[in-house]
Amino acid sequence: MWVLLGIFIIIVGFVLKFNPLIVILVSALVTGVAAGISPVSVISAFGRAFNDSRYVSVVWIVLPIIGMLEGFGLQERARTLISNLKGATVGRLLTGYLFLRQITSALGLTSVAGHAQTVRPLIAPMAEAAAMKQKGPLTLADKELIKAHSAGVDNIGLFFGEDIFLAIGSILLMKGVLEQNGILVEPFHLSVWAIPTAIAAFLIHGFRLWRLDKKFKMSGEQK
Amino acid sequence: MIGLNFVYFVSGLTFAACAFLGLFDNSSGKRFGNFIFWGLLSLSMFAGDSLGDFGNGVLVLGLVAIAGFGLLKGPTISSIGVAQKQESAAKFGNSLFLIALVIPATALLGTFLFKQFPVLFDGKQVTLVSLTLGVIIALIIGFLKLKSPIMVPLEQGRRLIDSVGWAAILPQMLASLGAVFALAGVGGVVGDIANQAIPNGSLIGAIIVYGVGMALFTMIMGNAFAAFPVMFAAIAYPLLIKQFHGDPAVIAAIGMLCGFCGTLMSPMAANFNLVPAVLLELQDKNGVIKAQVATALPYARFKYHFYLLVCFLECWKRF
Repeated sequence: MWVLLGIFIIIVGFVLKFNPLIVILVSALVTGVAAGISPVSVISAFGRAFNDSRYVSVVWIVLPIIGMLEGFGLQERARTLISNLKGATVGRLLTGYLFLRQITSALGLTSVAGHAQTVRPLIAPMAEAAAMKQKGPLTLADKELIKAHSAGVDNIGLFFGEDIFLAIGSILLMKGVLEQNGILVEPFHLSVWAIPTAIAAFLIHGFRLWRLDKKFKMSGEQK
Repeated sequence: MIGLNFVYFVSGLTFAACAFLGLFDNSSGKRFGNFIFWGLLSLSMFAGDSLGDFGNGVLVLGLVAIAGFGLLKGPTISSIGVAQKQESAAKFGNSLFLIALVIPATALLGTFLFKQFPVLFDGKQVTLVSLTLGVIIALIIGFLKLKSPIMVPLEQGRRLIDSVGWAAILPQMLASLGAVFALAGVGGVVGDIANQAIPNGSLIGAIIVYGVGMALFTMIMGNAFAAFPVMFAAIAYPLLIKQFHGDPAVIAAIGMLCGFCGTLMSPMAANFNLVPAVLLELQDKNGVIKAQVATALPYARFKYHFYLLVCFLECWKRF
């Protein structure tokens, strides 16, 4: 039971807003010691896992080129493009991106887009420009909402698209776990069952984006 | 063979550039903190494999100490003014997009193309390798086409990474925490508790605890991958599959997607929820989660009904 102390530390740490890196390290140490592992071994295990998961932090290599393009006015250009485009609305833009992200993820191309690669330099400024066309000048709260939705669309498109692809991590993990329990399944059978939920996710989120669109359109018409 | 070693080398270079630029910039008086933090990360990328497990652990302690004691510089405002950006946006027009699209286009092409050359490229890592190549090609085109001074990408890239700050390694730290949890057997204990929450012989009870348990445990771990083996072994296998004869493929796939709903609502899923909030300069760091909750919850409910339907059809077939 004592190993659950680590989870408790994580929750308390987040609630009290301590620096998450310290919370994570303390939680790892406490959990390890509670399970009877020596602190030195816990640090070694943590170091090993940190080294094995370096690929997670590779994504930051896109920042220099993104920074360069932003310095040359990429975001400004994205805004201009959308304001000149007839029929561009915040809902249509984000739904279009959701669709693209789901399709590319379903084909296994999960790293093609992302928060650093596409959302910050392109999607968020475009969505802001589209909303500005509908409503006029945006408040700070509007901007926050649009940016948050731009990031959300990327996550939802990724999560509920990638499970359709056969060779993605989550499918392979499921296959592995099932095999450990003596059940053999083809990856295809797992990914087929991700399709109805992918469609549902698109419909539910698409509906919410449509409502977001309405919100900006209506506040534009009131003026 | 070109694989992760190449990717880590380029990452090491990028972080080394951040470290040295940080050392020479003393606007915040935190130059050494910045130098050591990004320098350690660069060292990890270059030489992590030869540091040994304990060495890597000590490296992590160093990273956490610097970030935890507030020795890292905060975000700075771009030295390039809005007017200058607008002028250059008008001058270069859509070629800015084309350069930006070089990265995904190379990642896309490379993923398919490089698999044809298994001798040259590590087949498992083609996407990361192509992404890295895409970044390099885009930089070269950027230098040629925009006539950018060599320092612009370095300075601007550093400005962006400074604004992300210590959150840059949060996802990697959480992944490592998951490994320690697995070692300590946290999953087994959570699974036992979830198992006790199910009323005896109740199919609906088992489904609810399995689905909700996946979502909740994922929220705590920030990752559905850590929750799935636990919940599957504790509930799905003994109850849903053995006792109620459910289809393993359906149970596994939908359980995993319940976990993804948890990811959408969890601050622990740093790379999906917190890092973008920092990257997009949101004032409300939970803004992304708030935008997602209203999709995740009805979606989970849909899945529950869908699940029940599948289970009833399954039972019906048997009679």
